[in-house]
Amino acid sequence: MKFSSSPLLSQPLPIWRSRVLQLGLLVCFMALLGRSLYLQCIHNDFLREKGEARYERVLEIPATRGRITDRHGQMLAMSTPVKSIWAIPDDAQLQPAQVRDLARMLEMDVRDLNRKLASEKDFVSIKRQIPPELADQIAALKLPGIHSRLEYRRYYPGGDVTAHMLGFTGMDDMGQEGVELAMNAALLGKAGSRRVIKDRRGEIVEDVESIRQPMEGRDITLALDDKIQYLAYTNLQQTVADFKAKAGGIVVIDAKTGEVLALVNLPTYNPNNRQGLVGAQLRNRALTDTFEPGSTMKPFTAALALEQGKVRYDTMIQTAPGRMTIGNATIHDAHMHGMLTVAQVIQKSSNVGAAKMALSMPAQSMWQMFDSLGFGSPLKLGFPGEVGGRLRPWNKWQPIDQATMSYGHGISVTLIQLARAYMAFARDGDLIPLTLTKADGPAPVGKQVFSAQTAHEVRSMLEMVVNDGGTAPKAFVPGYRVGGKTGTAHKLEGGAYANKYVASFVGLAPASDPRLIIAVMVDEPSTGIYYGGDVAAPVFSRVMAGALRTLGVPHDAPLHPAPAVADGGPVKEEM
Amino acid sequence: MSSRLNSALVLLALMCALSIVASNHRARKLFIELEREQSRMHSLDVEWGQLQLEQSTWANHARVEKIAREKLQMKTPPANQIVSLEGRKP
Repeated sequence: MKFSSSPLLSQPLPIWRSRVLQLGLLVCFMALLGRSLYLQCIHNDFLREKGEARYERVLEIPATRGRITDRHGQMLAMSTPVKSIWAIPDDAQLQPAQVRDLARMLEMDVRDLNRKLASEKDFVSIKRQIPPELADQIAALKLPGIHSRLEYRRYYPGGDVTAHMLGFTGMDDMGQEGVELAMNAALLGKAGSRRVIKDRRGEIVEDVESIRQPMEGRDITLALDDKIQYLAYTNLQQTVADFKAKAGGIVVIDAKTGEVLALVNLPTYNPNNRQGLVGAQLRNRALTDTFEPGSTMKPFTAALALEQGKVRYDTMIQTAPGRMTIGNATIHDAHMHGMLTVAQVIQKSSNVGAAKMALSMPAQSMWQMFDSLGFGSPLKLGFPGEVGGRLRPWNKWQPIDQATMSYGHGISVTLIQLARAYMAFARDGDLIPLTLTKADGPAPVGKQVFSAQTAHEVRSMLEMVVNDGGTAPKAFVPGYRVGGKTGTAHKLEGGAYANKYVASFVGLAPASDPRLIIAVMVDEPSTGIYYGGDVAAPVFSRVMAGALRTLGVPHDAPLHPAPAVADGGPVKEEM
Repeated sequence: MSSRLNSALVLLALMCALSIVASNHRARKLFIELEREQSRMHSLDVEWGQLQLEQSTWANHARVEKIAREKLQMKTPPANQIVSLEGRKP
């Protein structure tokens, strides 16, 4: 019997059966459609992510901290990659032989290493900052649980010579002192990242996108001259050692541009190895420590008196009998000089002469001069811990204060402030801001403090200090006309003047057209010799001679040997 | 007629597909090469830095002075032995 003639076919079926079947199929189909819609549209992101995770990787692009160079491009500070080895102790199940190998490569004690690997922590640092080649060799051993990480280490080839200028960075590559801190924002690099596709062998085959562009740290060119810095460092160090001084500082400034060519503080430290560092070594004395400058302030008093027309260059001032009583206090000259011209007051450094000039002027004008020379307020070079020194408001001054301030007591300054103030004499009476970085473009417009004529007159007085009959024949520089002023100040201890001294010398050269200003300060020379003319002036002379030669400054005086010391020796200044 | 056109088009499509595969492969190879060169550039940069550092260390003033004074017996001439040549002023 044929199928088509089956009697079952002709049997009528209830219509609902086919409807149910149709409905069933429709529901299944809708479910399928819904699912695919869900996967394609709603759940799409998650799935795509999972897929990409199989072949895409996000890579960190490290950025290096900027380099610091001196004005001639000599490297002063730079970062170079190193690796650190760390371990996950739970994963690091090593054979004794493997531990021995690792210890040998890292030059560590086997017991030390075992102790670290037995640690309870999730993460132990085994050795930091090893050369990358060594880290690669260790990675080639494929030890379980031992990993390496890229880090940067900062090197300072100049070591202790440039320590205070540069400062240093911490383990996290952030600046902590000096220029490293002052210019941290510029030096700092920002790591970037990018998304790539890697193939089976781990090689990058396609760049998908750059998530963040890396920002390399900017390189900084300092105004510092490496040669002059070294010259300043060795000479100051020699002097501090010779006179058994507690500390010392020297600043070299280019009078034409305001650039700081050298800055040295002693005692110093090695920034490459900072173990056992003490606070005294870290102090950037030239900027953060104030001292009473003593006689180095006298030229300013004389300049103001000239400026106000109270005296002329050759006005005679009676300094006999070598002391002067103001109120119930008396100020002294150690030697009696009798009648002196204004120029000789500076040359012989007479306290009485300076005080007499000061008392002829209103207190307010003296305060204004000190203020416009930059005393009493920080220079804002951006160095950490910069201070401004002490300059009391003029309406609190007594006549005795005004008299002592005229020769540098009752006022405190930092060495770099003092050096900058002398710029008014080195230039034609104007002051320009100091800069730590190499200056390019035209020199900034100065702020006039004295007239050009006053500046020239004071400059020739400063020259007399260095010549016969002055307090600092040892500051003489062969081949150049030099001007400067000595300072020898008692140190204040607990509000009273102690038998300790600060010897200083600030000078400029060549006097015909000054190019450099050097300020030297030696704290507590303790061999019995403490005059600025004996302790600080020779440092000035040697550094100035070397620096002028380095810079190729033409001579402005005949090259003859140092003048014979006049009978009776050089004049001792007053304190 | 139309079957010949169709087969020609199929052939063309096939060739296009294959050339896409080939050029993609080539692009990846070139990219790998570029990556390699870039990482070489980076490592050369690092090496340059290290060499600069080394140079700075060798040219350290303290070292140069020590060698000049001790090994080469050099000294600073006294002022009266220096002859200054007059040059044009800058």
